[in-house]
Amino acid sequence: MRAFLVFVLLFTFTVFGQATAQQSAANASLSEQEIENRAHKIGESLRCVVCQNQSIDESNAPLAADMRVMVRERIRGGDTNEQVITFMRDRYGDFVLLKPPLQANTVLLWLAPFFLLVLFLVWYVVQAKRKRMAPTASPLSDEEQQQFQKLSQNQGGKS
Amino acid sequence: MKFTLKGLFPLLVFFALCIAFAYGLTKDPRELPSQLIDRPFPQFSLPDLMDETQLLDNSYLQGQVTLVNIFGSWCVACDQEHPMLVKLSRNGEVPILGVDWRDTREDGLRWLARGGNPYTRVIFDAESKLAIDLGVTGAPETFLVDKKGQIRYKHIGPITEKVWQETLKPLIVSMEAEQ
Repeated sequence: MRAFLVFVLLFTFTVFGQATAQQSAANASLSEQEIENRAHKIGESLRCVVCQNQSIDESNAPLAADMRVMVRERIRGGDTNEQVITFMRDRYGDFVLLKPPLQANTVLLWLAPFFLLVLFLVWYVVQAKRKRMAPTASPLSDEEQQQFQKLSQNQGGKS
Repeated sequence: MKFTLKGLFPLLVFFALCIAFAYGLTKDPRELPSQLIDRPFPQFSLPDLMDETQLLDNSYLQGQVTLVNIFGSWCVACDQEHPMLVKLSRNGEVPILGVDWRDTREDGLRWLARGGNPYTRVIFDAESKLAIDLGVTGAPETFLVDKKGQIRYKHIGPITEKVWQETLKPLIVSMEAEQ
């Protein structure tokens, strides 16, 4: 539980850390190179809505080209990376995001792998424990071997 | 051989997956829910296809129920839909505002000259300005806008007789009745 909390805190700090870094970049006057770099970064996270599972950055579709232009326009207009993404999300919905956000309808998607991992570990431990408690078979000692042979010979004689 | 419920588990999982996938196959991944239902039609100011000196804006949507139809001369399904739109316009059913999307002026005009022009006005949107604001992913797409200029319904794909009779017409009738 504590490890999980630490993970959550670390996660939020990294995310917010990025957000503030981007904010300050937007306020400075932008060079073409900066705009290009940011547009690429945003473009990689936006889905080309007509081609399924390609980002607008790597797609040749005409609509993706127009969306790239729009992304650059928004950046020039002073939008932060988040604002550009929100702009697209308002129009195309969550579908436009290549990485699904963690929210009510995606909780299962995000947490199921961890849940299954825990489930498997629990199953594994229980199973291992059960195996250890089960009687183990050890090879017969010489004395037992002789007894066994005697018994099986008697059996053979009877039938 | 021992028959246990535990042994059946993989089979049950298999069937559960089959059902889930079968359900998934019935849905069209291209049909995205529109973000814009019950939201105001995005602000636009774009040239008229017929007359590039004239700008069209949201005032064309005020005070009447309007069908906004996105098309392009390059769009095959639009060819298929076109006669239906011409028929609707001839019968005076509803004003149709056209959006000529990602097209050249020349091709757009030629296309309309060939099949007839069912549109009251045609917005020329060569750079997807309005199309992106509308969250358009393909043509044809049709939006139903109410008297207050709010988007109420979005139809993806060609308008057929069936779509018109069963969906659009009843919606328009009820929207006409609104204050």
